Amino acid sequence: MLPIEIRDVTLTYDTPGGKVPGVKDVSFNIDASEFLCIVGPSGCGKSTLLNMIAGFLAPASGEIRIGGKAVTGHGMDRGVVFQDFAQLFPWRTALGNVSFGLEMKGVPKQERETIAREQLRLVKLEKFTGSFPHHLSGGMQQRVAIARALAYNPAVLLMDEPFAALDALTRDEMQRLLAEVWRETRKTVIYVTHNVAEAVYLADRVVVMTPHPGTVKAVIKIPLPRPRDPLSVEFVECQKELLRYLGHDANPSETEKSAVNGKLKSGA
Amino acid sequence: MTENGQTIRSLVRAAITLAAAAAVYEAAARSGYFAPALLPTLPIIAHTLFAMLADGSIIEHAAFTLYRVMFGFSLAVVVGLPLGILMARYRRIEHFCLPLVSALMPIPSFALVPLFMLWFGIGNLTTILIVFYAATFPMLFNTWSGVRSVNPIWLRAAGAMGADENSLFWKVIIPGASPFIITGMRQAFLRAWIAVVGAEMIAASDWGLGWVIFDAKEFLNTDIMLASLVVIGGIGFVFERVVFGSLERATVLRWGMTRTAKG
Repeated sequence: MLPIEIRDVTLTYDTPGGKVPGVKDVSFNIDASEFLCIVGPSGCGKSTLLNMIAGFLAPASGEIRIGGKAVTGHGMDRGVVFQDFAQLFPWRTALGNVSFGLEMKGVPKQERETIAREQLRLVKLEKFTGSFPHHLSGGMQQRVAIARALAYNPAVLLMDEPFAALDALTRDEMQRLLAEVWRETRKTVIYVTHNVAEAVYLADRVVVMTPHPGTVKAVIKIPLPRPRDPLSVEFVECQKELLRYLGHDANPSETEKSAVNGKLKSGA
Repeated sequence: MTENGQTIRSLVRAAITLAAAAAVYEAAARSGYFAPALLPTLPIIAHTLFAMLADGSIIEHAAFTLYRVMFGFSLAVVVGLPLGILMARYRRIEHFCLPLVSALMPIPSFALVPLFMLWFGIGNLTTILIVFYAATFPMLFNTWSGVRSVNPIWLRAAGAMGADENSLFWKVIIPGASPFIITGMRQAFLRAWIAVVGAEMIAASDWGLGWVIFDAKEFLNTDIMLASLVVIGGIGFVFERVVFGSLERATVLRWGMTRTAKG
């Protein structure tokens, strides 16, 4: 449960069309055990920022520190959950997938299976330890991915739109589950989404980003007590506030920019 | 449906196809348009086949052929699999090997038999090397494609979980490329099986199914030739369906990385 500092982080991309600014002079802090959401439209650099915190990308300038230590690559102090269901290894069972990080750490077989079972229980999949990913629904696969990222006990959990490809009902259920998991584990979480309601439901604070170039527009505290009721007046008020910040920058060249972002994501 | 029921149904389907082909052959053989010495009927072929099985001669020949195939095929896997992975992982190795592969691959293995005979003599060494030559390229090529098509998100996820190069190799790249690797082994075996019969015809002395067919020509023993072909086809069929089929069911089909055709 480590705090994270992001200081003046800038990254530009080289594309066939020239240099494209990804994120520019982004700074904010995340407290230990805080749940922070980054919200913004496509192309605002939120995934890029997450990839830099994960260590998959290096910032051109600026610095990211986790627990005071500068990030230089990926490390086991961070667990990562992607949007793509295909992130699980199809040749491993749910248990095998969750055990992977522990295996890399050199934890003995017996012990890692015990831990992996415990993690799968946390995401309510204890009955599916022996199932291969292709026999699990999308929501279940994402829960395995969360268990897998938590299994080796990282201090920080990084999530890149993990529920974006799920149907609305499953997504609600997954958000409740994630809120529960976070309450139990008290990890520092950075959660990227373009879904405002999701951010209000989950976050302690929300970082609003705007594109061209990706910059931080506002950092908003969500003062609501947990568990949160998405139908309450206060909840809707928070949503409105976020939407106001996002709405100011509605941009006609949106589609063009999101295409650029898509390309960069796959290349990164 | 049960596993057993599926197996039986697939066997029945295979039997129907084979029976239809046999019926067409038998009709041609009995039509009177062809000399019986050139186109013996199925009962005659069956009789010859049973005689050869009973005295054990065809089994011995088949054993020799299988030995050469397995030896050459195993060598091809041992060389083709790691080299294919290295080519896909390291650009310099790819740049060095690819022109060589592209130049050597189109040469039919059969065209090398006379040369290999001069270099290595008549017998096992030449046939094994021909098999090796024929089987290596499909193994190499498929592995190379397979490793290049490993989903990058697996590498990323594994990297985030602290996997080093060694773990990536054994625990992500090899299983991730397994559909291609298994296809490579299938194709390599098929090429090996085709190559061995050809090589045995001229480069083997006294033993092997290819030699049996070539030798039978001298005495116009078409029944022996066709009986040997049945054995060659049968062994090939068993390997394709039983050996590689089971390997596929135990791995990539079970993992959902390859699916059976629908409908």
